[in-house]
Amino acid sequence: MAITQSEILAVTGNEAVAEAMGQIDPDVVCAYPITPATEIVQLYAQMVADGKVGTEFVTVESEHSAMSAVIGSSAGGVRTMTATSSQGFALMWEVLFVAASYRLPIVMTTVNRALSGPINIHCDHSDTMGGRDTGWIQLYGENHQEAYDNCIQAVRIAEHMDIRVPTMHMYDGYVISGAIGPLQMLSKEQVQAFIGPYRANNPLLDAKRPVTVGPFDGLHGWFFEHKVAQNRAMDRALKVIQEVADEYAELSGRQYGLLDPYQLDDAEVAIVVVGSTAGTTRMVVDKLRAKGVKAGMVRVRAFRPFPHEAYAEALQHVKVVGVMDRADSFGAQGGPVFMEVRSALYDCDPRPQVLPFIYGLGGRDIFPDNIEQAFAELEEVAGSKKRATTERRYLNLRKD
Amino acid sequence: MTVDKKAGAKKPAPLKKPAARKAPAKKKPTWDISDVDQWGPERHQLGATIIEAGNSVYNETGGWRSLVPKIDVEKCDGCMLCYFYCPDASIIVENGKATGIDLEHCKGCGICAKECPTKAIAMLTDEKE
Repeated sequence: MAITQSEILAVTGNEAVAEAMGQIDPDVVCAYPITPATEIVQLYAQMVADGKVGTEFVTVESEHSAMSAVIGSSAGGVRTMTATSSQGFALMWEVLFVAASYRLPIVMTTVNRALSGPINIHCDHSDTMGGRDTGWIQLYGENHQEAYDNCIQAVRIAEHMDIRVPTMHMYDGYVISGAIGPLQMLSKEQVQAFIGPYRANNPLLDAKRPVTVGPFDGLHGWFFEHKVAQNRAMDRALKVIQEVADEYAELSGRQYGLLDPYQLDDAEVAIVVVGSTAGTTRMVVDKLRAKGVKAGMVRVRAFRPFPHEAYAEALQHVKVVGVMDRADSFGAQGGPVFMEVRSALYDCDPRPQVLPFIYGLGGRDIFPDNIEQAFAELEEVAGSKKRATTERRYLNLRKD
Repeated sequence: MTVDKKAGAKKPAPLKKPAARKAPAKKKPTWDISDVDQWGPERHQLGATIIEAGNSVYNETGGWRSLVPKIDVEKCDGCMLCYFYCPDASIIVENGKATGIDLEHCKGCGICAKECPTKAIAMLTDEKE
């Protein structure tokens, strides 16, 4: 199929996602505004008020209610979306598990922002990294374009009849959400054709086939088996995410995958990174390559499910891997991405060394110099005969 | 708003006594989990959704009981209060009178005995085998 490229628009990340939601035109949106995701909710409410979409927009009194309301709506049998950030995501916490265990294909945009305290509104990934075991699929986007593209793909992934798992997609607060960047949009007809009509599964509102959603399962029931089924669906989601990405590539010309490798084929040192910092890291890789350093990079796209085999394949030949986490796991050996990547590489022979780097907490800037510094450390370890310690390395930590 | 008392002023039909309820058949649904890898919405109900209305009949709660109601059918005058009050629909009614208890679901709460105006129901110690 011929790909018609639309004009390039200059939009904020939140505008890009609000446009995507407008083209998806879900049946119900229940949302509560929170910085830095407020703009999505505000713009979408405007579209509803202007009659540009057919959505029932439910204003709720908190994010706990927002997630509860989307569960009700999705169980009722319609396409449902919401958006949040940081503390709002944290307030949804207990209900996120309910959405996932009911296998409701809800799509949520989460704009990454630090969790308090000290109170902070800027970007890091501690909110959604904390929610990695809620049972939701997690896709991390890099830029404005991917925020838009992931939002549309998330609908197909969540609603896929092989899995039916709620899906959240993320991008960096302010860096992407509030800053202006380029976006090429599909037409609403293309998006509608891509996502297709919504298929309800045992909807509550089908009066001819009454069902019970969310029954008590505490009397020697099947709770354990349901959890196994949930995890098996996560395994199958890897294939679904790739298939949806491939189909989207035919439509848009933009190819995504489970992970996003860059200059890895002959790399000796590589960095694994999530979100907008991948752009800066790519630039640093190019600069180091020009100097003869065999540097490479992997950007994380799917974090849940985590494609550990794909990481082992992509990184097994690399001598030293640095994992840059924009969230920390207090008392653990490193940040969440570090632990996944290190575990994924454990079975490789020879086994690459994996070092944890923490950066950007609470919106601390990350400069090319900081990433070069990280690469310099990786090179030093690669040239040394001793194995390096796995103590955390902090990038751009204040010294005074 | 005024109500026209003439229009539709029919005498209400007398309350029907509920039909006899038989003790449920011994049938429990089984779930084959050997193919748990392949579970999908086409084959199994995701998220523990129950699509079979009235399936609590399979959930036997009689094992919780320490007291068991015993009905003296001679004393029963068919008022049906035990039937309406029973939280587990465990009173078996035949020909308008309480004749027995569904012991697979009776939790032995004693509400029937408390409500019975003719003292036809006594709560006895349940002797388990």
